[in-house]
Amino acid sequence: MLGYALRRIAGIVPVLLILLTVSFFVIRLAPGGPFAAGRALSGRARAELERVYGLDRPLAVQYGHYLLALAHGDLGPSYSMRDDTVAGLIAAGLPVSATLGAAALVLAVLSGVPLGVRAALRRGGALDRFLAAFAALTLALPSFVTGPLLALVFGLWLRWLPVAGWQPDTPRDLILPAVTLALPLSASIARLMRASLLEVLNASYIRTARARGLGRARVLWHHALRPALVPVVSYLGPAATYLVTGSLVVETVFQLPGTGRYLVEGAIDRDYTLVMGMVLVYGTLTLLANLAADLLHAWLDPRVRHEPL
Amino acid sequence: MSSIRPDGERPGAAPGAPEALLRIEALRVRFAGSGGAAPVDGLTLTVAPGECLGVVGESGAGKSLSFLAALGLAPEGAEVSGRVRLGPLDVLGCRERELDRIRGARVGFVFQDPMTSLTPHLTIGAQLAEPIARHCGLGRRAARERARALLEQVRLGDAARRMGQYPHELSGGMRQRVMIAIALACEPELLIADEPTTALDVTLQAQILALLAQFKRERRMALVLITHDFGAVAGVADRVAVMRAGRLIESGPVASVLKRPEDPYTRELLRAASEPPAPARAGGHASDASPAGAPVLSVSDLTVRFTHAAGLLRRRSFAALEAVSLTLSAGGSLGVVGESGCGKSTLTRAALRLIRAERGRVLWLGSDVSGLTARRLRGMRRELQLIFQDPLASLDPRLTVERLVGEPLEIHHGELAPDARRERVHAMLARVGLEAALYQRRAHELSGGQCQRVGIARAMVLEPRVLVCDEPLSALDVRAQRQIRLLLAGLRGERGTSLLFVSHDLSLVRHLCERALVLYLGRMVELGPTAALLDRPLHPYTRQLIDAIALPDPDVQPARLAKVSLGEPAAPLERPGGCAFRSRCPQATPLCAERAPPWVAAGADRWVACHHFREWADGMLPE
Repeated sequence: MLGYALRRIAGIVPVLLILLTVSFFVIRLAPGGPFAAGRALSGRARAELERVYGLDRPLAVQYGHYLLALAHGDLGPSYSMRDDTVAGLIAAGLPVSATLGAAALVLAVLSGVPLGVRAALRRGGALDRFLAAFAALTLALPSFVTGPLLALVFGLWLRWLPVAGWQPDTPRDLILPAVTLALPLSASIARLMRASLLEVLNASYIRTARARGLGRARVLWHHALRPALVPVVSYLGPAATYLVTGSLVVETVFQLPGTGRYLVEGAIDRDYTLVMGMVLVYGTLTLLANLAADLLHAWLDPRVRHEPL
Repeated sequence: MSSIRPDGERPGAAPGAPEALLRIEALRVRFAGSGGAAPVDGLTLTVAPGECLGVVGESGAGKSLSFLAALGLAPEGAEVSGRVRLGPLDVLGCRERELDRIRGARVGFVFQDPMTSLTPHLTIGAQLAEPIARHCGLGRRAARERARALLEQVRLGDAARRMGQYPHELSGGMRQRVMIAIALACEPELLIADEPTTALDVTLQAQILALLAQFKRERRMALVLITHDFGAVAGVADRVAVMRAGRLIESGPVASVLKRPEDPYTRELLRAASEPPAPARAGGHASDASPAGAPVLSVSDLTVRFTHAAGLLRRRSFAALEAVSLTLSAGGSLGVVGESGCGKSTLTRAALRLIRAERGRVLWLGSDVSGLTARRLRGMRRELQLIFQDPLASLDPRLTVERLVGEPLEIHHGELAPDARRERVHAMLARVGLEAALYQRRAHELSGGQCQRVGIARAMVLEPRVLVCDEPLSALDVRAQRQIRLLLAGLRGERGTSLLFVSHDLSLVRHLCERALVLYLGRMVELGPTAALLDRPLHPYTRQLIDAIALPDPDVQPARLAKVSLGEPAAPLERPGGCAFRSRCPQATPLCAERAPPWVAAGADRWVACHHFREWADGMLPE
């Protein structure tokens, strides 16, 4: 198991390198540049700026320099926010975004799994029907609708929670954004859990377990739940991707100082270094989430553990 | 070893004892919403304490469902009515919690498919200790101790190590032993074995049945043996119940039902099971004596090695097939026989160039297949068709029967107009006995036998020179087996197709093949005319295979079963040096450990690899 994990972690590095390389060239293929026309800059000033940042050198040289700096942990200066380095921007924003994402994920799993189990055990019951409606609704409504809606109800009308904004060390500020982000995820997980548990309960080893007279609860907890969790765990990889893109909207709606906005702003401003920094951060997070999903899968199913790689 | 129960002594198993252990009356099972007939329709039968009741019938007769429903294990949506009594207890009236105190404690179950019947993520030890801890009130340590003892009783080798392994690390035969150990864990009064041997090879079938018979005898435990195999019933059962379409057709003592069946349906089933072998004949040719046609497919000195991970970085390899040679002549038929893991399937795959051989040559119509161009390889594959073991899994679920059979024509005879193609497809489907009403169905809407007919039609529609069958009958019940067997023999007779027939069951091979090759752990042990091989086996392994065949004769089968050795067969990875068979051979000598026996001629068209065949088969050989 340890060997498997180490090999998988080592496998992340080349994937990240490919991701960075592709992003590096693709963003430069896009028309314009950080100091392109449309800004109030004279031709000479622009040329001077490009010289300072090394943007007048051949692409291959720029790429080499970037990698070299990266190897020393230097993500470079931001071209659009000229007082800040990319690393500084990420260090300021990432804790907020990461807390939001993690809170949403935990919320989604803790609500989705029990909901799905319950719905599967009482198929056609009230909760099962509620789940169908809940899933349809939360999956259909985009978070820029559910977010303001929740803010309206819990923030303005009930005045239980802050409408928006963020002060350090106030977890209350994160509740509404996290719930907004978690809702569709929770519905997806619940539906997956329900379908997968129903399938497992039909497996012949469940019949064998019942034939041993183990009792309903033990059959469910000991024999059915772990295999039924496998599809849910496999979904955690894609779920992480959803959290990354979803956080972008939710952070804007609730005015959180996270990193989500840099992804959009950086791309619009052709802030090459900022975009690369975001690609690095989100790429690493996505790969780690997929790795975690695979390791969990191996823990759930011994057959995966014993597969030769 | 059997403990005394708190409720005192159990009544004896005298035939006709008034007190039944299990009494099923007018049992009906229906599925809500399905308008059709009830799958179990008014079944009444009893099982006396300590007796073995064999329940026989074709697939779909409601055998398994009856007993599952009787103990509250019917699938969801089943409506169960009637009366079921276990001793004085009204089972159908029990609540789930009360049933859980019966199941696993007083009644044990063994199910058909050992591959899917154990929980994949729990170790063998954990699954075995579970019912012991629950029903016998033993602590963790004591339960595990008892579990290990049980594994030894079911003759699972290396029990201590097996306790910590997961089901996927065990072979099918080992898993079935584990299933039996679990079922026996709490010394049940009644064991319900639902097709316990169907998924296993002949040797394992005999061993598992012998094991069940031994436990029944030693523990005076009642046994319900649900099967389609009259041979199994003849060896173990005291009484037989024959079921058809959810009803009891006939029941009585095993000797009278099997010897003097009253119902015509029972007679038909028995005929299918005990048909004397017709001598297999080459297609079109009149006699066996005439020299066979030119070789179509010949394999010489074929060796296939597989490598597998042994630890983190180490890899080990073993020979799945070593120095195997065979020749299939035009219009001829050859059976390849051996138990699971003997390399039979590897042999067919290597011969078709589906996997790479390490050494050896495969000649197709005289030219080496390893040198064939892609085009000629395609030609070979057109003329060499395959039929697989699992009829359902080998058919594309999205295609209709008509498309399935038409597809090979589309690929290999693109020049055919759609009408002409359809005509050929329909003619072929009619020949294999499928009605026109089935042509638009998909595989999951067909029975196992019908699926296998589609598989045969799909292979034969190209009019191949050679038909390769990999265990085509083992997933079918007796009646379907007989029908498919006759169909294959008929088609071969009409078209002169050569047949390479792979099976674990010598009794099937004798119906279809003139010659047979016996493999043991990847090596040839004996080759010869099938009839001669069965009459006078030269190799002790061939003898054991013949002894393992379950005969549907209650006079002889129990005694034959009692002689079966109960231990596990050798695994391909643990092949002993010298003669590979020596670990199981009753005649083994020091010479057998020293070196592998040579492959020598032993009379007219007979070959064998045994140092001692002359001595032990003495008097059986023609001078």
